[in-house]
Amino acid sequence: MKYLDEFRDSAKASILVREIEALVASMDIADDKPLNIMEVCGGHTHSIFRYGVEGMLPKQIELVHGPGCPVCVLPMGRVDDCVAIAEQSHVIFTTFGDAMRVPGSKKSLLQAKADGADVRMVYSPMDALAIARANPTREVVFFGLGFETTTPSTALTILQAENDGVTNFSVFCNHITIVPTIKAILDSPDLRLDGFLGPGHVSMVIGTAPYEFIARVYRKPMVVAGFEPLDILQSIWMVVRQIKEGRAEIENQYARVVPEDGNAPALRAVSRVYELREFFEWRGLGSIDHSGVRLRDEYARFDAERKFAIPNVRVADPQSCQCGEVLKGAIKPWQCKVFGSACTPETPLGALMVSSEGACAAYYQYGGVKHHEAAE
Amino acid sequence: MCLGIPGRIERIDDVARKLATVDVGGVKRQVNISCVVSDEHPVSSCVGDWVLIHVGFAMSRLDEAEAAETLRILTELGEAQAELEAMRLSAATTMGAAP
Repeated sequence: MKYLDEFRDSAKASILVREIEALVASMDIADDKPLNIMEVCGGHTHSIFRYGVEGMLPKQIELVHGPGCPVCVLPMGRVDDCVAIAEQSHVIFTTFGDAMRVPGSKKSLLQAKADGADVRMVYSPMDALAIARANPTREVVFFGLGFETTTPSTALTILQAENDGVTNFSVFCNHITIVPTIKAILDSPDLRLDGFLGPGHVSMVIGTAPYEFIARVYRKPMVVAGFEPLDILQSIWMVVRQIKEGRAEIENQYARVVPEDGNAPALRAVSRVYELREFFEWRGLGSIDHSGVRLRDEYARFDAERKFAIPNVRVADPQSCQCGEVLKGAIKPWQCKVFGSACTPETPLGALMVSSEGACAAYYQYGGVKHHEAAE
Repeated sequence: MCLGIPGRIERIDDVARKLATVDVGGVKRQVNISCVVSDEHPVSSCVGDWVLIHVGFAMSRLDEAEAAETLRILTELGEAQAELEAMRLSAATTMGAAP
């Protein structure tokens, strides 16, 4: 598949690119020390590759593709737990389609389904609740996955189940939080980042205030960005302008969707149902303090982790995989030893190759050939 | 999952549970609208609203032009087709058809 060389707004994009070039030209940036700007969100990664944004930028700007793809950072052990729950004969296991092909240590959910487990793809946790109502003699488990964008959806579904007296529904909660993860990246010793594009739809829920420490403590600029190519280019320009002017602030380019205070009903539902875990394990990044949530004791009866005996075994990432280094921006996807050979979207070894929001799958689909040629 | 998809609220199905039917690119689907209602904008006033829908939950109101532009970009990204397909498949699964 080729990326889109032209889109309807290409004239506007050209103007923005020229403004970025002019800004960079006025900054005296050495060719071998480009500005490193991380887009945190997997949706941005997908859009950047689809529209070839990297190719439009001057060489003094490098985009680093961050950990913001929830499917990609799911550790193998958690997939094994899903499979263990799904393989119990009275269980109907429901999941978003994205998670079906994520490799576990023995099999993915797709393979478990092929082996006879009742695994069903759903669009929404509400659909899982409907399946529970329709199958009162079965236990229906929903695989709760995602950052703050989707956490309210499972919280509200649990509240609905409680309200309606549904007792055969539970959530296997793997929701994660972005702020502690950004902090972990900022604390990593090999950090070479100069600024961030902030996630759009996570911020729609949590607002912009939780990012203030990035500017205040770490003195890095962040611009919360929309997903359209023009949004991304404008946000890059805003980050670079902050760097040039020596400012570190949290700016909001996506104010048409992101309110400063976030979404109050969503935040209320989340804090009623969930509490922070002490730590959560991420594929490629290891354990990060307070980076995940679990159900509060009051909702224990909707918690699949307590309802089922799960193996809960930590499984190391495959040795040949360098997902962690890619996630932290230490290497580019095509510099990984197994990229495009042992690890492809059809047979992924690492999770970054599974989802269209993962950096490796995005490079493979849209940019792989170009980069291979450049490397040779 | 993370990008969501815009739709227009067509009718309110359940005021207490805050459920409404939306039209998403011609596909009708029930969504939860708790996160876009407030004292100033109660459930009854939501019909006709354009909303950004994430996994069956309306998470933000949009104006019509913004909704159209978002849908166009999502279609170019291939995300809109994937979301609509997931909605259709899910409807089949939920209605009891063979998964």
